[in-house]
Amino acid sequence: MIGLLIVSHSSKAAEGIREIAMEMGGDEETVAAVGGDPDGGIGSSIDEIRAALETLLDRTDGVVILADLGSAVMNAETAIEMLERDADVVVADAPILEGALNAAASTTSPKATVESVKASAEEARDISKV
Amino acid sequence: MADESVQREALLAAIENVAARIADEKEHLTDLDSAIGDADHGANLNRGFQAVLEKVEGMDDADPQEITKTVGMTLISEVGGAAGPLYGGSCMTASQELEGGITAETSIAFAEAFLEKLQDRGDARVGDKTMVDAITPAVHTYKKSIEQDDLPPLEALAKAVDAAERGVEFTVPIRASKGRASYLGWRSVGHQDPGATSTLMILEEILETAEEHLDGDVAVDATSPTIPDEEPEGE
Repeated sequence: MIGLLIVSHSSKAAEGIREIAMEMGGDEETVAAVGGDPDGGIGSSIDEIRAALETLLDRTDGVVILADLGSAVMNAETAIEMLERDADVVVADAPILEGALNAAASTTSPKATVESVKASAEEARDISKV
Repeated sequence: MADESVQREALLAAIENVAARIADEKEHLTDLDSAIGDADHGANLNRGFQAVLEKVEGMDDADPQEITKTVGMTLISEVGGAAGPLYGGSCMTASQELEGGITAETSIAFAEAFLEKLQDRGDARVGDKTMVDAITPAVHTYKKSIEQDDLPPLEALAKAVDAAERGVEFTVPIRASKGRASYLGWRSVGHQDPGATSTLMILEEILETAEEHLDGDVAVDATSPTIPDEEPEGE
């Protein structure tokens, strides 16, 4: 099973995107969300991202991260570098909501890998809405 | 090189001075960031450096590598905005270069490793209106002043600060292509970049501390055999 981690500048946005994504696939155990800076303001915390990754990695074979804006992406990349285990974790280059939906759906495939889930998330870059 | 206790004392003093400067300029940085960003740069950096102060307290037996690594890791944990992974991650990676203490050679290696990590993590280049615009000319000037112009590290550092200042000025008339300011497009023109500004403040405090603590000792670094030995290869 592949896990998903939603990283937003806002904990509410991260939780909301997680809820929507879980309608497509994954569950409470395999889809996690973090958001907010160390003081609870807008931003993200590398320590919280690391902790969430550690928990997900105990339950899954690898994790795909969906992040929103610049510093959330950088914090996610830094958290991956700081992991104390050899783990399969990547940041998808995708819009956070649509990417999370695509990724969640693709985790339901029995053949899902970190690479295949990341690729599905990144297909969301081309979604046309109107 | 200056002996280890002098290096440690100077480094810890530099950290204190940087933290005090950031605390003093918190509002200024936040004002700059309100104009083109998300108005958190001053508060985020201040939170980070106050935490750094607590962490390095009592590191009286640590070497420069351990101290700079601690600075990096603390910024990573505490800052919360882009400055955390950028300053913190770069400092942590570059700390490895100080394994043998601080010499002209290892300080250049530190500066180059810092810049490389910063550019890589932020995916930013000169002209994007970011801290890269201040740090790049500073690192290049520092390296060139020592390796090509044979200047003592302290003078090289002074030139580097001057170069960073011009880099900060350069961010004013250009349009942002990285960071939150890039969402503003042309509206970012005419505003000074807060990240480049905090970079200059940090470098100014490092220079001032070095001037106070390393007078005489740095002059020895400039004539350390590693530098002249390398010269003929490049010429």
